[in-house]
Formats: sequence, C-alpha cells, structure tokens
Amino acid sequence: MDLSLSTRTVGDRTVVEVGGEIDVYTAPKLREQLVELVNDGNYHLVVDMEGVDFLDSTGLGVLVGGLKRVRAHEGSLRLVCNQERILKIFRITGLTKVFPIHNSVDEAVAATD
Amino acid sequence: MATVELRFSALPEHVRTARLVAAAVARRAGVDESVLDELRLAVGEACSRAVALHQRNGVEGAVRVALTEQEKRFLIEVADEAGPGHTGAPGSGAEDEDALGLAVITGLVEDVEVGNGADGGVIRMSWPVSPASVTV
Repeated sequence: MDLSLSTRTVGDRTVVEVGGEIDVYTAPKLREQLVELVNDGNYHLVVDMEGVDFLDSTGLGVLVGGLKRVRAHEGSLRLVCNQERILKIFRITGLTKVFPIHNSVDEAVAATD
Repeated sequence: MATVELRFSALPEHVRTARLVAAAVARRAGVDESVLDELRLAVGEACSRAVALHQRNGVEGAVRVALTEQEKRFLIEVADEAGPGHTGAPGSGAEDEDALGLAVITGLVEDVEVGNGADGGVIRMSWPVSPASVTV
C-alpha cells in the first residue's frame, strides 16, 4: 500500500485527499504536496484523512510543518478524520489541541474560526 | 533466541515490512487483536527512529528487530547501529521528530524501555499474550 494524493478546490479552500499509509517512507511525498500548494498561494488547506490506513509520527511532523507554513500566510490547515485509531495518535501527542479536526469535508470547508 | 529476527538496511522503504512482520508474528503468538494496531505503530516508530539515527549520523548499517515469544509476554527489541548515545542536534527539526516518535511509543506502550548499547540504541517493548487465543 502506497500513499495516494489528490487535490481539489472548494471555494477558497484547497482539499487534499490522502489515502493509504503515511509513514517514514511516504511522508516526504505529502510534505512536497503541501509545500507546493503553499508556494502556489493556497493558504487554506483541508486535509481529508478518511482514506488513511496508517499514520506515524513522521506524518504528524509533516502536518505540523504544513500548519506552520500556512500560518506564516495567515492561513489555516484543517483535518478531516473519523477513524479512532488515527485520532488516538493525535491525542497521545497532544496535537488535537493544535489541529482543528472535523467530521466531514463539508464541515471543514464551512468552518471559519 | 528470538522467535523471529529481522535485519534490514537502515532505509525508510523497509520500515513497512518490519511493521507487517511484527504484527503477523505477534498475532500468531496470541497478542490480543485489539492491541495489534498499536503494536504495529510502535514497531514502526522504533524502526523509523533507528533509520533516522543512521541517516542523521551518516552511518551505514542495519536495524535489527527481534520478536520473542515468552510464556506470558511478547517482546520486541529494535536495535540500531548508529553509534552510542546519539540524539539529534539541539534545536534541529530532527530532534522534534525524534521526540514526537518517542511520545507516540511511550503513549502507546505500557512496558517500554529506551536504552543504549555499544553499537547504538535499543528500544524494548512488550505486550501481554492472552493464553486463550494462542494458536496451536
């Protein structure tokens, strides 16, 4: 299982749909994608993680890096995730306090605060 | 002697293999299904950390994963050959990632020990084996 990435625009948000496994091997691809989006002027990102089967700390590090980048441009990075095993990783590392985590892409796209 | 032992070149592409092997051997040893996800993640973190230490220190070598079935515990040891007592340079991003990886491991695993040997670091973790589910 590899990492799959696709992006689409919804209003002023850019939705990045991630699928597969985000680990030490595949995380650099996600990092490149996020860096490219920010360099192209997309500062409001929604990362849809519903198709993610596995996430480790390397992946968390990439998401934190993405958040820092968009914040440098007054932007936002929201996550969509309902999977308990993935949410648990955010909880034990304290990152639930850092990322807004939504139940659906619609909710994340509509969120403003 | 370990039940199953795996040695791989310290490269990111092999970490997934180590996760899959560890989970398969643990399942067979009778580790509860409900903790296999955590075990898979913890092994992945330990292996990723070992690979990162090798890369950061510019040291070639192998990561060793020893999976040992004991009477009541399933023991996993992940050892690197990145040299004694290495950590990331202070303030570097690598150090942050290392800390995040260790936070995941210690958050997931109750019985965990991070030590140092002559060749490098060793992370020892263990999980209970439920006798009822041991495959005969």
